[in-house]
Amino acid sequence: MSTPRTLYDKIWDEHVVHSESDGTALLYIDRHLVHEVTSPQAFEGLDLAGRKVWRISANLAVSDHNVPTTDRSHGIADPVSRLQVDTLDANCDRHGITQFKMNDRRQGIVHVIGPEQGATLPGTTVVCGDSHTSTHGAFGALAHGIGTSEVEHVLATQTLLARKAKNMLVRVDGRLGRGCSAKDIVLAVIGKIGTAGGTGHTIEFAGDAIRALSMEGRMTVCNMAIEAGARAGLIAVDETTIAYLRGRPYSPSGAEWELAEQYWRTLRSDPDAHFDTVVTLDASEIRPQVTWGTSPEMVVSIADRVPDPQRERDPGRRDAMERALRYMALEPNRPITDIRIDKVFIGSCTNSRIEDLREAAAVVRRLGASVASNVKLAMVVPGSGLVKEQAEREGLDRIFKGAGFEWREAGCSMCLAMNADRLEPGERCASTSNRNFEGRQGAGGRTHLVSPAMAAAAAIEGHFVDVRRLA
Amino acid sequence: MEPFRIHTGIVAPMDRENVDTDAIIPKQFLKSIKRTGFGENLFDAWRFLDPGVPGADPATRRANPDFVLNQPRFRGASILLARKNFGCGSSREHAPWALQQYGFRALIAPSYADIFFNNCFKNGLLPIVLPEHRVAALFDDVAAFPGYKLTIDLGRQVVEPPSGGAIPFEVEAFRKECLLGGLDEIGMTLRHADKIRAFEAERLLRQPWLATTVR
Repeated sequence: MSTPRTLYDKIWDEHVVHSESDGTALLYIDRHLVHEVTSPQAFEGLDLAGRKVWRISANLAVSDHNVPTTDRSHGIADPVSRLQVDTLDANCDRHGITQFKMNDRRQGIVHVIGPEQGATLPGTTVVCGDSHTSTHGAFGALAHGIGTSEVEHVLATQTLLARKAKNMLVRVDGRLGRGCSAKDIVLAVIGKIGTAGGTGHTIEFAGDAIRALSMEGRMTVCNMAIEAGARAGLIAVDETTIAYLRGRPYSPSGAEWELAEQYWRTLRSDPDAHFDTVVTLDASEIRPQVTWGTSPEMVVSIADRVPDPQRERDPGRRDAMERALRYMALEPNRPITDIRIDKVFIGSCTNSRIEDLREAAAVVRRLGASVASNVKLAMVVPGSGLVKEQAEREGLDRIFKGAGFEWREAGCSMCLAMNADRLEPGERCASTSNRNFEGRQGAGGRTHLVSPAMAAAAAIEGHFVDVRRLA
Repeated sequence: MEPFRIHTGIVAPMDRENVDTDAIIPKQFLKSIKRTGFGENLFDAWRFLDPGVPGADPATRRANPDFVLNQPRFRGASILLARKNFGCGSSREHAPWALQQYGFRALIAPSYADIFFNNCFKNGLLPIVLPEHRVAALFDDVAAFPGYKLTIDLGRQVVEPPSGGAIPFEVEAFRKECLLGGLDEIGMTLRHADKIRAFEAERLLRQPWLATTVR
C-alpha cells in the first residue's frame, strides 16, 4: 500500500518535472495570473533576453491595483498609474495574452476574476506576482504568490524552481455562531498562530466549519493564509467546489467535465496522511474579530478591550505592542466598541465577492439607518464588474447608496491605496481588507481589519459594534 | 546577477520584529515599470519626515535623524541585521530591489517571510538565518562597537565577527551555486526544456481543458 499523502503532497507530486539533488524541484505551472504592478519588469527581462512566452494559454491578465474606482470613461488621471496599466495592455497585446482591459465588464481584482472565470481549477498549480494568490487554494489548487523574477521565469519556462514546504493542518470544528463569518475564522486563526505561524508550511484548512463555508467564504480563509505566514492555503474538493465550477468560461464541459470531475473528487488528504503541525479551533468559540494594531496577529474580539503591553512578558512583543498602540493612537484597556472610525472600506480580494456584499447589505438593511455623521466616507468596491452587475440585479447597490455608501467600480482600491482611494494621515478605517500595516491604506492611516458585516455596522453606528446583537 | 562570494561590510541594526514589505518600500513607489531606482525610497516612511512622493529629488528630502540608517555610524552599511519574520507581507520584489540598490548585500535575521526570502536570492542579496541568540548577540556587538563590520564567506558558509571565530549558517546547495556563480536561473531551467515540453504534452493530453483560451 502506498504511503498516505496530504492534498498538498498529491498536487506537488503531480507537478514535479525535475528534481535537483538538494531537493530543489522544477514545478510545472498550469495557470499564471498577471497584473500590472509586478509584471512590467518581467516582460522587459523576457524581451531583453529575446525569449518568448512559453504557453500563452496559461496566462490571464488584468489591471487591478492602479485602476480608478470612479468614472473610467476618461481613462486614468494619474500619469504614473496610467503608464503601468498601458504597459500591461501593450505587453499582453504583443504576446497574445488574454487580458480583461479596464473597461471590460469582466475586469476586476485578479483573485476574484480567476475563480469567477473558472480559470482556477482543482489540482492545478496557480501562481501570480501577488501574495494573495493563496486565495485560489480554496479550490484544492496549489496557489501562491511569486516575485517578479519568478513571473519572468514562469513566462519563459512554464515552471518554477521550488522547495517543498511542510504540511500544516488547521482544523476548525463545530459551528460558527450567528453574526460570524469566514473572515472571523481566519483572523482567529492568525491571532492564535501568529503572522509567522505558518512560515515554511502549506496550510490545509479542514473541519466542519470550513466544509460549511461557501466558495466565497473559503476564498476569504485561504486569502489570508499568507497573513499567517503560509504562502499557500488549501481546502479539499467537495460538492460545493464542483457546483461552483460548473458552467464557468474556463471550466471543462461535456465529456471533459466528467473526466475532470472524477479526478477532482480524489483531491483530498488521505485519512492517515501526516501533517508536521496540527492546530485546532472550535468555531463555536469564535466571536467577531477586530484588529487593534499594525499586524494582522494583533487581533481581539469585539467583546474585548485593547490589550495592555504591561501584561506582556516578552520584551520584543511588548515593544511591538507599544509601537503599534502609538501608531494607532489607542490606549490600553479601551473597549473595542468605544473606537470611533472615520472611513469604511468594504472590498479587496479578501471580501469583495457577492456573498460579502450580501452580508454587508443585510446589516445595513437591518439597522435601517444612514452612515453615521462622523464617518466621512463609506465605500463599497465590488471585486469585479460581474460581481457589481450581480449585486445590482439583487438591488444591493440601492441599499448601500440609500444609506449613504459610495458604490464604486471594481479594483483593489483602498486595500493598498495605489489608486486615488486612500486614508489621510490619522484617519481610522474599518476595513474588510487583509493588512493593517503602518501606512498600508495611506501614509499615517490607521486600519482595523473586520468582516463585511462588522464594517457595515461600524459605518452606520460610527464605531465598532457587536453584530451578534443584530443577528 | 552580481555573484556573491566573500563580503565584508558595516552592519546596521533594524531592531523590530515583523518588518513588512510595505515598510521596506511603500506602495506609491511600486508604480514604476523599471527595475531600478528603488534604493532612494528604502524604508521611506521611517527614513524621512516629509511624505514620500515618486520622482521627488532626494536632495530636497528631510531625513529623520532618529532613523537608524540616517545615523552617521551606519553610513555605507551593507549588511542589515534584523529580527524575526523580516519581509512579511506582499510578494513585491521591489523590497529586495530597494535593499540591494540602497547598498545592502546581505541580511542576517532569525527568520524571514517565505516569498521575500525567495526573492532575495534572485537578486544577489543573501538572506542569512542565524539562531535567535546569535542574532541577539550581534545586536549587542553592533551597539557596543561603532563601525562594527562582519565578513560573510558564502563558499565556507560562515559569518566572521572581528573578534575572531566563525558562525556557520545553512544555505541550500542549488541557491548557493546560483549566488556564487551569479547564474541566470531561467537559462539554467531552459537546459531542461525538452523535459518540460514532454511533461507538458503528457499533462495536456490528460487534462486538455488546461489549455482552454477565453477571449
